[in-house]
Amino acid sequence: MIRTAGEHGLLVETGSLELSHRLDAALRARRPEGVVEIVPGPETVLVVAPGADRGRLRARLEEAVLRERDRAAAGADDDRPVVTIPVVYDGADLDSVAELAGISVAEVVARHCGRELVVGWLGFAPGFAYLTGLDPVLELPRLDTPRTSVPAGSVAVAGPYSAVYPAASPGGWRLIGRTAMRVWDVAGDPPALFRPGMRVRFEAA
Amino acid sequence: MIEVLAPGPYASVQDLGRPGYAHLGVPRSGAADAPSLRLANRLVGNAETLAGIELTLGRARLRFLDAAWVALAGAPLAGADMGAPFRVPAGGELRLGAPVWGLRTYLAVRGGIAVEPVLGSRSTDSLSGLGPEPLRAGALLPVGPPEGEISVDLAPPPPPRAAVLRVLPGPRDDWFVPEAPAELCGRPYTVTPDSNRVGVRLRGPGLARAKEGELPSEGMVAGAVQVPPSGQPIVFLADHPPTGGYPVIAVVREADLPVVAQLRPGDEVRFTARPAI
Repeated sequence: MIRTAGEHGLLVETGSLELSHRLDAALRARRPEGVVEIVPGPETVLVVAPGADRGRLRARLEEAVLRERDRAAAGADDDRPVVTIPVVYDGADLDSVAELAGISVAEVVARHCGRELVVGWLGFAPGFAYLTGLDPVLELPRLDTPRTSVPAGSVAVAGPYSAVYPAASPGGWRLIGRTAMRVWDVAGDPPALFRPGMRVRFEAA
Repeated sequence: MIEVLAPGPYASVQDLGRPGYAHLGVPRSGAADAPSLRLANRLVGNAETLAGIELTLGRARLRFLDAAWVALAGAPLAGADMGAPFRVPAGGELRLGAPVWGLRTYLAVRGGIAVEPVLGSRSTDSLSGLGPEPLRAGALLPVGPPEGEISVDLAPPPPPRAAVLRVLPGPRDDWFVPEAPAELCGRPYTVTPDSNRVGVRLRGPGLARAKEGELPSEGMVAGAVQVPPSGQPIVFLADHPPTGGYPVIAVVREADLPVVAQLRPGDEVRFTARPAI
């Protein structure tokens, strides 16, 4: 289903993050005329195209969703890029995460590094990626009281997600480590290291 | 170079923003009332894309270290020459008053404000902190080289428009009770003081949800009428977050976004879902 989001936006319901990523990649590879924004979410992709012929764009999107759904069902190619993030696991909440999860600190590290995560979508702040696929043992609620400032490069978990803080900001996620890798650089092209659909591995530095 | 002697209640450098980065968590930003910035730029012969100053409730004082052509558009300031270019001599000080109506006034200078662009834009993004700091007393703003011709002599400011915002329903109108669209378009809402460049917060008839639970985060557009659990709507402006998790009952038409951008706390506003005449 494709919903109307104002005069220039169409919100495509994909129903799954995987299909959102496939549609996002397909539209970026062959961008329909007039499209200025393609914003994937967990179950949707927003397409903003001021001045585009909406009827044609809608038809094009419908066709693209069906094609990508078929490709997903056929288990077509996983050629998404992988990035490895070296982490020093010494976060302020590392001990409490271990305690709440009922495991040792070493096992927190092993579980955080043990699975390949996928960049779900970005939001909250420029370059802030919601990394999906976290080991469920590490799923913990956000802190009751958010910190007023979390340093850039902090590696954190909250709910079913992990993240790397792209810049110093307030934050309520649980800090388990830090990385020297820059995930956000306004001078870079693209400025964000993480893009939706990218695969991510953490590695103890 | 322009020296900011006093920025007024809130002022920032704005151009047409940084489109194309929403998927990386970057708001579009840019002038909240973009047509007024475009007009001010045209009046001094600038490309519409150049950066100017967005004043909130006027009352700024600026010193021009070099002579410059300047134009004002948007909310009309008491005692100011609105909608026509005028010359400020070298060393001249521009003292601006408060708006007669509206909230945001745009000052364009021939050559444009030439602060360093970030991701292709000179706009201050109040949500993410990208771009230059909001203006402070003592700030120095470089002016770019003039290009083009001054060709429009006069564009008198439009009279205030009755704040009736035309909306298109959706994308998540089905998350609300069937009466909600009629509630939205029934009695007027009042603009609350915690409104800013991110959004205009409204107080009025509550919009009740039909669906419980959380909407997965999804892409947001300017003009989106987002409804948090309180049931009191927020209309998104230029610095809105690129994604959000509260359902959007309707979206304000682009032509009416400048009206939203000019709403002051305490103003009344209505919505209508009837098509434009």
